[in-house]
Formats: sequence, structure tokens, C-alpha cells
Amino acid sequence: MSNEATLHSQEVIHGVHAHDHGHDEHDHHHEGNFFSKYVFSLDHKTIAKQFLITGIIWAIIGAFFSVLFRLQLGFPDATFPWLESILGHWAKGGRITPEAYYALVTMHGTILVFFVLTAGLSGTFSNLLIPLQVGARDMASPLMNCMSYWAFFLASVVMMTSLFVQTGPASGGWTAYPPLSALGDASIGSKIGMDLWLISMALFVVSQLLGGLNYISTILNMRTKGMTMTKMPLTIWSFFFTAVLGVLSFPVLLSGFILLLFDRHAGTSFYLSDLFVAGKALDHEGGSAILYQHLFWFLGHPEVYIIILPAMGMVSEILAVNSRKPIFGYLAMVGSMFAIVILAFLVWAHHMFVTGLNPFLGAFFVLLTLLIAVPSAIKVFNWITTIWKGNLRFTPGMLFAIGFVSTFISGGLTGIWLGNSSIDIHLHDTYFVIAHFHIVMGVSAFFGTFAGVYHWYPKLFGRYLNSTIAYIHFWITLIGAYLIFWPMHYEGMAGMPRRYYDYSSWESFKQFNDLNHFISVVVIIVFAAQLMFVFNFFYSIFKGRKVTTTNPWNATTLEWTTPINPGHGNWIGEIPEVYRWPYDYSKNGKDFIPQTVPLSPEEEKESH
Amino acid sequence: MDTAVTAKKKWWSGGHSPFNVSYGKLMMWYFLMSDAFTFGALLISYGTIRFMSTSWPDPNEVFHAFPGMGHTNLPLVFVSLMTFILIMSSVTMVLAVHAGHMRDRKAVAKWMSWTILGGIAFLSCQAWEWTHLHHAGAWWGHNPFLNADGTVASTNFTNFFFTITGFHGLHVTSGVVLNIVILANVLKGTYEERGHYEMVEKVGLYWHFVDLVWVFVFTCFYLL
Repeated sequence: MSNEATLHSQEVIHGVHAHDHGHDEHDHHHEGNFFSKYVFSLDHKTIAKQFLITGIIWAIIGAFFSVLFRLQLGFPDATFPWLESILGHWAKGGRITPEAYYALVTMHGTILVFFVLTAGLSGTFSNLLIPLQVGARDMASPLMNCMSYWAFFLASVVMMTSLFVQTGPASGGWTAYPPLSALGDASIGSKIGMDLWLISMALFVVSQLLGGLNYISTILNMRTKGMTMTKMPLTIWSFFFTAVLGVLSFPVLLSGFILLLFDRHAGTSFYLSDLFVAGKALDHEGGSAILYQHLFWFLGHPEVYIIILPAMGMVSEILAVNSRKPIFGYLAMVGSMFAIVILAFLVWAHHMFVTGLNPFLGAFFVLLTLLIAVPSAIKVFNWITTIWKGNLRFTPGMLFAIGFVSTFISGGLTGIWLGNSSIDIHLHDTYFVIAHFHIVMGVSAFFGTFAGVYHWYPKLFGRYLNSTIAYIHFWITLIGAYLIFWPMHYEGMAGMPRRYYDYSSWESFKQFNDLNHFISVVVIIVFAAQLMFVFNFFYSIFKGRKVTTTNPWNATTLEWTTPINPGHGNWIGEIPEVYRWPYDYSKNGKDFIPQTVPLSPEEEKESH
Repeated sequence: MDTAVTAKKKWWSGGHSPFNVSYGKLMMWYFLMSDAFTFGALLISYGTIRFMSTSWPDPNEVFHAFPGMGHTNLPLVFVSLMTFILIMSSVTMVLAVHAGHMRDRKAVAKWMSWTILGGIAFLSCQAWEWTHLHHAGAWWGHNPFLNADGTVASTNFTNFFFTITGFHGLHVTSGVVLNIVILANVLKGTYEERGHYEMVEKVGLYWHFVDLVWVFVFTCFYLL
């Protein structure tokens, strides 16, 4: 049979291939040249590092942009001459111009949502952990994996270029709503900067697709012997669901962008109708700007779960390992993630309650939105019950995982407010929304990322990060994040709109001058703390304390059965077989039992 | 090698594919799902705008020309021919895949060639139709056709027509290119050496998908 022939020959290819690599490590380790080893590498671990380091560079840029526009918001009357020396005419006289302010806000959102928390987060950890934790030599298609990174790199280059064009980068907000984004005459940020933004994002979608297809088929097809779906660590489940979300929602965004490009350059009117620019009527007619919002949010909402699900998975794993307890409610965790994936596709219009959406239709979106509270609450309870009465080890990774649960709760609760259309009409487009999504999506996802970096750094580089710097980093970030975003709830409830350039000129918002000043100061401190982390990260690659044991956290999962610095192919010799789920902690008088240990006769009896 | 699949085999327990397919085929299926969402989004956008409009041009009035027939009124005849050609190319693709299962290199090459020819014929027809419409004054941003009720139509009829059939045509073009690459490999004997013709199956999946999408595009633009 041809199908059998196919499968068989592939197994052989993969097997032999891997064995060759195993020998490579000993015989001619230095033969791979610099380019094939570090640049166009096919090794999933190297690609993970590429995603991580690119993500870190973007995170510094994106966060620095927020520092710049917080300077404007916190010190609207002050001038900073050094701003003119780095931004030129965008900060004439040391004060950021309105155009530059909007560009900074837009790029801050774009960079952090897509380039850092999507590519930097799931790009890094899906690549690193999927083959290592399911027991595979590499991704299903290492070549496509490599292409996924380089498509992301190209997207990065184009986006970076857009920062330096004369009319500046896109400045119509990270959602790029038409007609502002469709008409070059409407604002200078809608000229070439917007085209580059769209091209960059299209490349980004390609990268996501190449990566996502690989993650899905690796998880489904390449699990080692004994690794049933329910023996997979929750990290792998979360990466699986994330990839499914990405593969199904990013193409819709791409369709929306294609139509937008035509509106910009081919004289079409998909999103345009009845418009005046600078007093002149445009001949665009018959389109709908709301159509773009539907297409955008059909991706945009799943996107927030693309960001948060990997963080959830890693936090589940890290909490269990460092509580020395099995995860509470494994199947409920998987089930709730599945429920989130389904609901993610059915709630997009809650971003559009004030667009003139039929209130009757809005009621259904309210109901579906509030339903997401159920799986989210299940997950929160399970995390808390996992660490309940656990033997907690407060490693930096663990602290960030606990911090994640904290911010996820406090940011998630305000989601219930905003999900109600009647409250949303008041709070829409205010700082309340900013506070909500920054805590629940931004800060939480960053905490998940940090937890992951601290926890798997030994696997990435064979060294530890410095713990003292890590603890300082954690406390400043946690306290700082709350100090920055908590007050914004009050500003939002008082009706302070987002995206304004200068609140001090508004009678209603003058009362918040001191508060805005305070927030900006905290932003600068927190940004400095992140630079400490960056220093720690790069310093420790070369000078960090060396890992001396293959399993530094006494964890059960497969990645810790590989050598400290695994070569391409991950395991020397056979891939280990799996006999049990990954959460056998504090069981039968043993601290932990790795997945590779066969069931004892007593356990065998229990399971029947 | 287990040729007989027993009911006892635990498909999901790791060590082999739960669907008994290679990762490549699995990826192709997921890619097609993703691509279905791309086309779905475009067609739903088209539907949204069309339902928002009070009236819309009648396809029978717009698509009534046939090459070499002058001004004879032949509504939808040419597009029916195009559709027939594309569907026939799917049939020849099925035969190519079947020949691959039989490890019959010559037959695979023959049927792949017919499929490529069908694809090129479809693209040529599309090129003729686009040229014809362009000469009639239709293009992105220009719509010479009146609404069915005689009022002046917005440009969105042609905007969507050229965008979506163009996007589909792009898919057919890449399909033809892929088919040519695969045919070259068949002729070189690459798959004979590999022991199976799975690559033919994979491009086959893609080709059938493109064909299926056309059925929807055809329905939305020419029939409704």
C-alpha cells in the first residue's frame, strides 16, 4: 500500500537522519559553518533563540516608545532637548510633535502585540519546547521552521524601515482602521509608512502560518512512543491551541489587508464611502469602514488568546514543578483551553459595541463574551489549587508564574465589565480599556514569558540567569505594573479618552495631571528594570553560573532527559519512551517520577 | 511494517501518526483550512457589501460574451466552459494520483501533463475574460455596468470581481507552477527512487481545493 510505504520511508528517513546527527556531535562537531549553525540553522533550539533575541530587541524598542510618549503625557509642559537629538524634527524644541506621538503609540501597540508577544513568545517557546517535550528530533519540517523565522525577520526589517521614512511610520493606531489608514491624504502616517506596515504585517502572517502548520503537525504526528495526547504537558496543549488559532484567524486579517491595499492604491471603495478630505468630496462610494473592523477583530480577538495561551501553558507547568504537586485538574485545564479557542472565534464584535452594531446582536456577543469567564475562572482556580499547600520553591520563574496568576485575575475581572455592552458604551475608548488589556494581556503575557525564560534558560544556554537581578526585576515589574495601570481604571471611569495628545488642556482631565506625572515616573523605573533583565540575559549567556545536572528543577518532562547542551537531534541514541503523565510529583513517597519511568506494579493495578 | 491495520492499534499513543498520514499531508490539510478562511473572509466581505447595496448588476448582462462570437448574447456560456475545464483538470489530477498509487510513472506523467494543460487553459480563459471586461471599461475602481434596476452601480461590483477572481487566479497559477515542478520530478524519476508518489497526492489536494474554491467564486459572482 502506498500510504504505508510513505509513512515507513519517512520514519526511516527521520530515524537515520537523527542518528547521523547523533554521531556528528562526536565525530566532526566543528564542521558546520557559521551560517548553517547560527544563521540559517534548521535546529529548532537555535530558531527558538533567534525568535527570542529578535523579540527582546523589539521589546526594548516597543517599550522605549512607550517611555517616550509617557514623557509627553506625564510632562506635557516640559521640554527635553535630548529628544530633538534622537527624533530630529519629530521632537522640535524637545517636545514630541502630535504626529510623532501618534506614530509612537501605533508602533508601540503593533510591536508589542505582534512582534514581541506573538512571535517572540510563541515563536520562542513553541520552537524550543514542542520537539523537546513531545520527544521528537526536531520539528516536522525544519526547513519551513527556518523559513518561518526568516519571514518574521523580513517583516521586522520592513517594519524597522518604516520608522525611518520621511513621512514617518503608520500612525493610525495598531488596529489601522480605515478610512484614516486608507487615505494617504488623511494624515502623514497614512502615506508610505502605512504601506510598509501592511507589507510587514503580510510577511508576519506568512511567518505565523509557516510556524503554526509546523507546530500542529509536530504535536500530532511526531510524539514519541507512549506520549498519548493526555500525557502531554500543558505547555504543549497550549502551543497546539495557539497554533490552531493562528492558522485559522491570521488569514482573515490578511484578506482584510489585501482589500485595504486595494483601497489605498487601486481606487477601490471596499471600506470607503461618502468621504471628505480637506473639504473635498472623494468619489469613493458604496464601501463600509465597519467591514474592516469585522475582518480585523475576527483576527484581533483570537490574537489576544494567541498571546495569552502559551503563557497559561508555561505557567501551569512552572507552578506544578515548583509546588512539587501535580497540576490540579489536568483535563479541566485542557478542556477550558479548548473552550477558550472555540469562544475566541465567537466574540469579536464586543470590540465594536459602539459602531452602531444592532443592540440585539450585541446581546449575543455579550453572552458569549461573558461565557469566557467560565473557562478562565476554571484555570485560575486550578492554578491556585495547584500551589495550595504545595512545597513552594520561589525560583524567579515561579515568582513570575505567580505574578501571572495575580495580573490575570485583576485584569480579567475588568474584562467582565467591558464585556457588558451597556457598561462598555461608557468605558469604550477610555483609559479603563487601556488598563484592562495591558494588565490581562500585556503584563500577564510578559510575566508568562519571563517565567518561561527564567525556567528554561538552563535548557537554552546551559547556564542560569543571575537570581539577585531576577528577584529585583520581578518585584519592580510586579509593583510597577500595578502602579502604572491601576490608576488608569479611575481615569477611564472618569471618562478620560485614550490616544489624546495632551490632557492638561482639558478642564475635565486636568485633575489627573499629577496622576499622569506619577504614572510616567513609574514607567521609567520599570523600563530601567527591564534593561536590567536584558543585561542579565546577555551577560548570563557567557558568564552565567553553569548548569551541572541535566535536570536542575527536578522536573518530570522529557526536555530534562537530554544532555545539558543538546545537539541537533536532541537525544544521543534512542528517543526515550513515555509511560506516565508529566505531573507525578510527590507521589508514592517520591519527590518526582520522570515520564520515562515505567509504571510500578502497584500503579499498574491502580490504573486498571 | 504493519500492513494490516488491526482495530486494537492505539492510534493516539505516540510513535506514529494518529491519522496514518505523513506530516506533509497533515500540513497541507491544515494549510487548506487556513486558505479556506482567507477565501471565506473575502467572499463574506463581498456578501456584506452586496447586501448593503440597494441594487447590484445582473451577471447575465455582464458576462455574455464568447471569443469569436462578436456581439451574440450568450450569458454565462464562456464561464461555464471555464468551469468545465477546471473541473476536468481535477478529474485528470485524480487519475494522476491513482496512477501514482499504481507506481505507473508514465501514466502519472501523462495525467499530470493534462492537469497542467487544463490549468493553463483555465488561466487563458480568465485572461481573455479580464481583457474583454477591461475593454468594456471595467477595472478596479471603474464599473461601466448598471444595476439590475437600471440605477448607476457603485464600483464595488468590479472591485470585488477582479480582487477575488484575481486572488483565485493567483492560486491557480501557483498550482500550475507546483504541478510543473512535480511533473519534472516525475520525469526525472525522483519519486520512483523514493518509492512513492506522495508529492503528487499533496499537490493534488491543493489542486482540488483550488477547484472547490472556484465553485464558490463561480456561484457568488455568476449565478447569484
